[in-house]
Amino acid sequence: MSKNFQHLVSTAVPIAIENIDTDQIIPARFLKATTRDGFGENLFRDWRYDSNNQPKADFALNNPTYKGEVLVAGKNFGCGSSREHAAWAIGDAGFKVVVSSFFADIFKNNALNNFILPVQVTDEFLEKIFSEINKDVNTQLEIDIEKQSIRILSTGDEAKFDINPYKKACLINGYDDIDYLLSLRKEIETYEAGREFNF
Amino acid sequence: MGKTLFDKLWDSHVVLSKPGFPDAVYINTHFIHEVTSPQAFDGLRKRGIPVFRTAKTRATADHNVPTIDQHLPIKEALSRKQVEMLTTNTKEFGVELYGLGHPYQGIVHVIGPELGITLPGMTIVCGDSHTSTHGAFGAIAFGIGTSEVEQVLATQCILQYRPKRMKIEVNGQLKKGVLSKDIILYIISKISASGATGYFVEYAGEAIRSLSMEARMTICNMSIEMGARGGLIAPDEITFEYIKGREFAPKGADWDKALAYWKTLSTDKDAEFDVTLTFDAADIEPMITYGTNPGMGIGVTQHIPSVEQMEEKEKASFRKSLEYMGLEPGSGLLGKKVDYVFIGSCTNSRIEDLRLVAEFVKGKHKAEGVVAWIVPGSKQVEAQAKKEGIDKIFEAAGFQLRQPGCSACLGMNEDKIPAGMYCISTSNRNFEGRQGPNARTFLASPLSAAAAAITGKVTDVRELV
Ligand code: SF4
Repeated sequence: MSKNFQHLVSTAVPIAIENIDTDQIIPARFLKATTRDGFGENLFRDWRYDSNNQPKADFALNNPTYKGEVLVAGKNFGCGSSREHAAWAIGDAGFKVVVSSFFADIFKNNALNNFILPVQVTDEFLEKIFSEINKDVNTQLEIDIEKQSIRILSTGDEAKFDINPYKKACLINGYDDIDYLLSLRKEIETYEAGREFNF
Repeated sequence: MGKTLFDKLWDSHVVLSKPGFPDAVYINTHFIHEVTSPQAFDGLRKRGIPVFRTAKTRATADHNVPTIDQHLPIKEALSRKQVEMLTTNTKEFGVELYGLGHPYQGIVHVIGPELGITLPGMTIVCGDSHTSTHGAFGAIAFGIGTSEVEQVLATQCILQYRPKRMKIEVNGQLKKGVLSKDIILYIISKISASGATGYFVEYAGEAIRSLSMEARMTICNMSIEMGARGGLIAPDEITFEYIKGREFAPKGADWDKALAYWKTLSTDKDAEFDVTLTFDAADIEPMITYGTNPGMGIGVTQHIPSVEQMEEKEKASFRKSLEYMGLEPGSGLLGKKVDYVFIGSCTNSRIEDLRLVAEFVKGKHKAEGVVAWIVPGSKQVEAQAKKEGIDKIFEAAGFQLRQPGCSACLGMNEDKIPAGMYCISTSNRNFEGRQGPNARTFLASPLSAAAAAITGKVTDVRELV
């Protein structure tokens, strides 16, 4: 997983299902690894394979016509368990961006901490993306972090997305929260000393 | 203008607040378990740094542990490795571990409160979304990802944006046979699985205030199931009474000092919330979920919505969900056969839950063909149940009292619900495959689950109490 990126043009893999929880993204029985690698092969495991381990033809990730570094999914993506393994699986499978009309909080943090960009658009814009991909699987999306914009290249439709300035800088420059927090050592110790109730 | 309890606690824990940056928030207690910590310890190793405040970190093994024959090595190699790695990591970094075999071992959200580690006024995190449970004590408690676990291990701080505030008031009194689990399932069914995303919730109102600490924990536990960052309840005499005398609770002069501080922890009368929702406890009947997210719940006597009642863009997900569950839109659940009954998980595995179930099943026997598991939340709960003779009641009723762990709450350890089977469960998630591949989950209260065990089908417990 490369750490930083600013700009991306890619086709997308659509999963038009709402409330996709992290148990679907990576089922619990695959959380036993003790490193961050290799989760991609079990991404959406139970939606991709039936109980005999045969690929389900109708699932988007098994459809060779869909490819790209962008995952487009229905509202409330990443709800449920806080497992960061969900973000690792998505990154490990080669996705750099997830587009949805709503993200669960913890997933959003986990994604950003792994240099995966959650792009939140309106319900209408999301529908538009789904229907363009429906018409043409080669529909390309352009995502520009600096401008905070996402564009459907074939139609020229464009939307802005929010990202907080701190996380934006982290993504563009490839640095993380721990670097920043470690630099606050003095402030943290001063805080500890000043607390009457530091339990 | 006054302040909410949440803001008071947040403000008193901010180490640094800089425009354009998330707040650096100090964490009083950090719980860790075997699943979400190995990569975090690895990160510390790579950076060559220690755990910053070992005494503020406590570990237990819960997700991967078997719930029978815990004295034997864990059979599944990967589970065993993960649990062993927790032992190695905590030893290397000097963190206290309540591992398998330890008298304090148990589900992380059960042991914190029962040991008196969880206290009012604290900030508490854990790499586990149900950390919201600890909010019942008037603490800011929320789940985090593994990168954040590493942050907290490294600095005892976490970078966070302040969430918005929501107040959920439940007024009036609960009817007979209705438990706090029903309150929270009812609220989630009303506001949906994403209805509180971006918010931190404070629960208030007469129906909440009259609950025991254990019942309050059940409510806060499931805050995450409506998307909330966490949920809390202002501490009161019930809280203080619960904490007093527990293993790690303050004692003597420290207790007096702590108590005086805790008594100041409430939302000011003129404080404003971004959103306030009000419910009436009398409207709540025993709840059950029919779908594959916790927002898909109904009163046990009601009917599943029909496809026509759904918004257009929700129809596909709704159909998929009911197909998974093998249920017909528009049908009722009463009388639906169940195969498994699971009473356990960090939502409902405390001694009070076990007592309640024991009292209900005493003199009754489970229906033929039903497998009924009772999984205590901790070694201490297990020991207490045995001391009170509750184990004998379960045995006589045909229920299996197992050993502590997350068990069938998630399909990660040996306890799984077989494909296609129906399980009425006191846990918190009914996601596809949550209790095992293709397992079907009905979430309900411990009383409703116990009633189903006795009759072998979905039952309105009010007819039996
Ligand atoms: S009991 Fe279930 S919800 Fe609670 S910590 Fe364990 S796996 Fe998570």
